[in-house]
Amino acid sequence: MIGRRWYVPWLFLTPALIVTAAMTWGPLANTGVLAFTDAQALGGGEFTGLANFSRLAHDDQFFRALGNTALYLAVVVPALVLLPLLLAQLVHTKLPGIGAFRAVFYSPVIASMVVVGLIWSWLLSSDGLVNAVLLKLRVVAEPLPFLTDSTLLLLSCMLVTVWKGLGYYMVIYLAALANVPGELHEAARVDGAGAVRRFRSVTVPTVRPTMLLVGTLAAISATKVFAEIYVMSSGTAGPGGQAKSIVYYIREVGLGVDGEIGYASAMSLVLFVGTLGLSVLALVLRRRGERSEA
Amino acid sequence: MSTATTPAPARAQQTPPARRTRRPGDAARYAGHTLRYLLLVLMTVLLVGPFLWQLLTSLKSTGEPIYGPDTTWLPADPTLGNFGKVAEVIPVWRYIGNSAIVAVASVVTNCIFGAMAGYALARMRFRGRGAVFAAVLASLVVPFEVIMVNVFLTVRSLGLVDTLLGVLLPGAISGLSILVMRTAFLALPKETEEAAAMDGAGEWARFWRVALPSVRGSLAVVGVFSFLFAWDDFLWPLIVLKNPDNFTLTVGLQYLSGTFTNDQRVVAAGTMIAVVPLLAVFFALQRLFFRGIGEGGVKG
Repeated sequence: MIGRRWYVPWLFLTPALIVTAAMTWGPLANTGVLAFTDAQALGGGEFTGLANFSRLAHDDQFFRALGNTALYLAVVVPALVLLPLLLAQLVHTKLPGIGAFRAVFYSPVIASMVVVGLIWSWLLSSDGLVNAVLLKLRVVAEPLPFLTDSTLLLLSCMLVTVWKGLGYYMVIYLAALANVPGELHEAARVDGAGAVRRFRSVTVPTVRPTMLLVGTLAAISATKVFAEIYVMSSGTAGPGGQAKSIVYYIREVGLGVDGEIGYASAMSLVLFVGTLGLSVLALVLRRRGERSEA
Repeated sequence: MSTATTPAPARAQQTPPARRTRRPGDAARYAGHTLRYLLLVLMTVLLVGPFLWQLLTSLKSTGEPIYGPDTTWLPADPTLGNFGKVAEVIPVWRYIGNSAIVAVASVVTNCIFGAMAGYALARMRFRGRGAVFAAVLASLVVPFEVIMVNVFLTVRSLGLVDTLLGVLLPGAISGLSILVMRTAFLALPKETEEAAAMDGAGEWARFWRVALPSVRGSLAVVGVFSFLFAWDDFLWPLIVLKNPDNFTLTVGLQYLSGTFTNDQRVVAAGTMIAVVPLLAVFFALQRLFFRGIGEGGVKG
């Protein structure tokens, strides 16, 4: 190409480099350093070695948050691997009007989690529609405390996460289903395989890489759950704050008026190790998926 | 209803002309289509119903029960009064304005600066390019939640707590925007810009007048997703904004539901104000969305 002054590329990159350095790499490095200090929001910052981590190992609230987050993963990830695939299967057709259905199913993805959380808070409140229907059908005698019992609150939040995520993962699956050869289905049909059998023996094996990818993506985002719990509990994390997630607890510890930056940073590092493992897994799976498509 | 929704043209499309003429097969196909439409309608109810119930609640007047045995589906006396009441409890127009400022600014910074960086990475050869690319790529695996405490410290030291600029900054130029733009420029034939270079166009002119207009599709994708992300974001604005006058719409809505007003009609009206314009734009631009998801790949 034509000769160019050495600094021209850097001029193009300057804004992006400044923002990425100041808003990602700097804070990440800071997190790594402060995790080994007793830094507070209002000063301090003596090196304390592994003190924060040994404190973590004895912090009941942290383990509670860890357990809640693990439970979240255990429920949400399988649901978000399977249900969107079924939904994608449902809209993977050329019937008239199908485009409109796809768009409609995607609409919860567009809305903010705050909006979705408030909508479901109303539906699930003791006066809400869900309890009204359950009472009317005599499934329950008393309204269920969906939002005021910590376990039920967590389950309600999981429902919201899955409900909002269905459309997002459906679209990822649709792209994968487009690659499933139609002849395979036709052949199986001719051989007399029913719909369930065809789904298990033809569809699932061909979209398995995508299922793994969706699983890791859903896991990464479930590890970071926050807004659902905050909104559905009006910022209380349930009775006695028993329904906190890891991110919820980090925010509480690190960003209050007397924020314990060092301790929160140590927790952040633990969270990072978890998400990093999942991210690496996602990258590997994605690359493998691309290779098998090519 | 189920038979009525099974349209005749479907069969004409699905049945290959000469090969399949057996009647029983057609009947099975009809049954299959009917079942599929039934399931589609069921899923529509499950996924749209909650929005609809919220909308209906927001339209019910104060005198009308919104729970208990006397509640009806449709508002007996539909009113827009609750939408007015939202503005009495929270400065909702101000919040909409704040959200719009942050979202539009995020579109501009992600599109322009993201494209500039993507262009440099795709089109220019220079020492350090690999390192920069690796740094951008690696930034994708750093979740904001992990660094939020320290991002807050940085923003505080810049004196930007409680400002909209502070809300904007962390998402102003995302690594994903840079990567999408880089991919777009890589796919562009080099000849266009080389012709412009022959005509004596400088580096900037080639980028701004030749390359950028050729990747309008990817720009639109980056723009739409930047807007959505900024408009919907909750955690970061919740952290960085302190004074209720400066809230964005998501933080303001959460604040509304926590204020003294325990009237679900007003909260419902507030959520509708936040989501209806967004859904309207989405349905208008849905093609772009679905293309964008394919192009932008998936975000972790």
